[in-house]
Amino acid sequence: MSDDMSTLSFEQSVGELEVTVKRLEEGDLSLTDSIALYERGMRLVQHCNDLLDAAELQVQELA
Amino acid sequence: MQFEFPSFQSPDAGRGAWSVGELTDYIKEVLELDPELQDVRVVGEISNLARAASGHLYFTLKDAQAAISCVMWRSDAQRLRWQPEHGAAAEAWGRISVYPPRGSYQLVVDTLRPAGAGDLHARFEQLRERLRAEGLFDEDRKRPLPAFPRVVGVVTSPQAAALRDVRTVLERRYPLVRVLLAPAMVQGDQAPPQIVAALQTLDARDDVDLILLVRGGGSLEDLWAFNDERVARAVAACRHPVISGVGHETDSTIADFVADLRAPTPSAAAELAVPDQIELRQKLDAWRQGLLGYMERLLDQMQQALQGHQRSLQRLSPQARVDTHRQQIDDLLRRASRALAHDLSLRRSELAGRQARLATLSPQATLERGYAIIRLADSGEVVRSTGQVRAGDALAIRVQDGTFGAEASSEWKGETKEVRE
Repeated sequence: MSDDMSTLSFEQSVGELEVTVKRLEEGDLSLTDSIALYERGMRLVQHCNDLLDAAELQVQELA
Repeated sequence: MQFEFPSFQSPDAGRGAWSVGELTDYIKEVLELDPELQDVRVVGEISNLARAASGHLYFTLKDAQAAISCVMWRSDAQRLRWQPEHGAAAEAWGRISVYPPRGSYQLVVDTLRPAGAGDLHARFEQLRERLRAEGLFDEDRKRPLPAFPRVVGVVTSPQAAALRDVRTVLERRYPLVRVLLAPAMVQGDQAPPQIVAALQTLDARDDVDLILLVRGGGSLEDLWAFNDERVARAVAACRHPVISGVGHETDSTIADFVADLRAPTPSAAAELAVPDQIELRQKLDAWRQGLLGYMERLLDQMQQALQGHQRSLQRLSPQARVDTHRQQIDDLLRRASRALAHDLSLRRSELAGRQARLATLSPQATLERGYAIIRLADSGEVVRSTGQVRAGDALAIRVQDGTFGAEASSEWKGETKEVRE
């Protein structure tokens, strides 16, 4: 699990978020793992919001 | 004598003269009660086209032989999906009515189509049935749409309002998406091959997730490119999913049937293409709340578990055993010291006994019985034989209660009275 998520696309981030939340819901994790997943999840949420905030529609016309 | 005009009002001449109004009313009645004239379909060329400020449409339909005035009331005229033009061949449905102020009859048109539309309809139906039979519209051909497309290809005319609508919707809903516009004419003979080429260009790219095929509203002719078999087959051949949004809500084109998803308008196509960021933000918020709640519960749980363990540890702690042991040790120590003391006193009394016995065996007792111990004063040597002593030797003689000095004189020759005890 890379720590740097600046290269993660929105789709990847949301996908990882879903997996993260699911794994947390399933439980059966050590406290350390849980906290790591929780922190990762919160940062993914932030990343997704940041992506949406920063987004500007790009339109390119093909020749 | 003056010439007399016949009086209009005169009832004398047969059934009498009509007033203009009466005659007109009569003609109106005749025409408007004839069922043949009340459901008319007529083909002709449009001329003298005028759109009044009121929205009503006035024109003449004519052919080589004749002309007929037409009016289309605003309510019908605004449903027109094409722009009738001077000189255009048209097919009109309506009824004949009379306009008394001018004494003219006219066709009140409720439906006006470009002539030949009937043919187009027939061709549309034929192609649709043929492609349907071929399975091109089958549900299991429809590909699923990506949840979060990164690149959306758009096939439309760069100048068209449709593109502006698509951009607006994408910008509002999901600005993360990148739009690739493959320009194509969307009307006219050149449109089908250009649309096919644009579709193929976009579909050949691996970065495209989804293709929008869109065009704004228009007449059946205007939209005809989207009923072209080549376009239909190009849509079907795309490996990326295609959403069609052609015309208005009521328009159906062959491309719509072939597309993986059909939207009523270009805007609607864009809406279907991407998720809505408002919903996404809500979902993200829900996730964050979920994570926070999870962490809170987890910490709660951990704290409770910790407290439980603490209690268990206290219960199972060796402290109790240590305390027990300590007590045992104290106990043992006490017992040991008691035992020791007992032993000591035992030994002490035993010692006293021995001392007593010893006392009876000691030289003291012998001394007390009248014996004396003689030592050479110089060496302290106990005198056991006469040979040890020479005359003049200083002697220390110990008796029961002390020691006194003496001097050896000579050998004793006399008798010694033995005292029996």
